[in-house]
Amino acid sequence: MKRINWQLWLGFLLSVLAFLSYPLVFVNWASTRDFPWANLVLFALAALLVFMGIRRAFAPDRRRLSKIVASVVATLSVLIIAMFIFVAFVASRWLPASTAAPQVSQKAPDFSLTDTSNKTVSLTELISQPINGQPPKGALLVFYRGYW
Amino acid sequence: MRSIQQNLAKFNEVGIRPVAISVDSPEASRELCQKAGYTFTFLSDPNLQAITKYDLVHKGQGEGGRDIARPAEFLIDSSGIVRWRMLTENYWVRARPEQVLEAARLLR
Repeated sequence: MKRINWQLWLGFLLSVLAFLSYPLVFVNWASTRDFPWANLVLFALAALLVFMGIRRAFAPDRRRLSKIVASVVATLSVLIIAMFIFVAFVASRWLPASTAAPQVSQKAPDFSLTDTSNKTVSLTELISQPINGQPPKGALLVFYRGYW
Repeated sequence: MRSIQQNLAKFNEVGIRPVAISVDSPEASRELCQKAGYTFTFLSDPNLQAITKYDLVHKGQGEGGRDIARPAEFLIDSSGIVRWRMLTENYWVRARPEQVLEAARLLR
C-alpha cells in the first residue's frame, strides 16, 4: 500500500519552478520583473503544499522513512524559497552608491567608445547625428552589467 | 534592452537615440544584438572609460571578478546636459520605456 505523498513532491517541484521561472520567464515583463510577485505567489503555493505534505508524512499511520524523506524535501524547499528572497531583496541591492554620477542639469561627461562594427563613437556624435534625417533631441544612455 | 527595442520607433519619433553601454567586447555585443534582434547602438567600454566617468563601476561583479557597470540610465539632451536619470537601488528594477519617453517629451 504505497501512497505517494503528492502534496510534498508537488510542493517541492513548484518551489524549483518558482525559482527558475524568474530568470526564464518573468524577467521579460516589467510588471513581473521589478517586483517578483508572480514568483512569490508560486512560492506561497509551494509552501502550502509542502506544509500539507509534512502533515501527511507525520500522520500516525506513516512509516518513519516517509517522515525522514518529508523533512529533507521540506528543508530543501525552504532553502530554495529563502535563497530566492535573499537574491531578490538583499543581494540585488548591493550596488555602489554612485554619488559622483552626473546629476540632472549637469553636463554629461563625454566619452568615445567602440560600437559593434568597431567604429569609434563619441557622446558628442550621439547627440548630434541625425535620426531619420532629423536633428536628435538627445540620447538615452543605458549602462548595463553585460554578459546577458 | 528588449523593451527599448520594442519601443525603438517611439524613441526615434521623439528624437532620442538609445545607446547601450557595457564592458562587453564589440564581438560579444554583436552576438547579443544578432541573437536578440537589437538594432540600436551598443558601445563597448572594456576599460571602464565612460563607466568610471559616470561613477558606475561595480567592483568585481563580473565574470572572473571583473569590474562591470551597475545598471543606470541617463537622458542627455542635444547640448550634452543630463535631463533625467535613474540610478536603481535594486538591479532587478529597471527604468521603463514609458518613464523615459515621458522625460524625453520635455526636451525641446
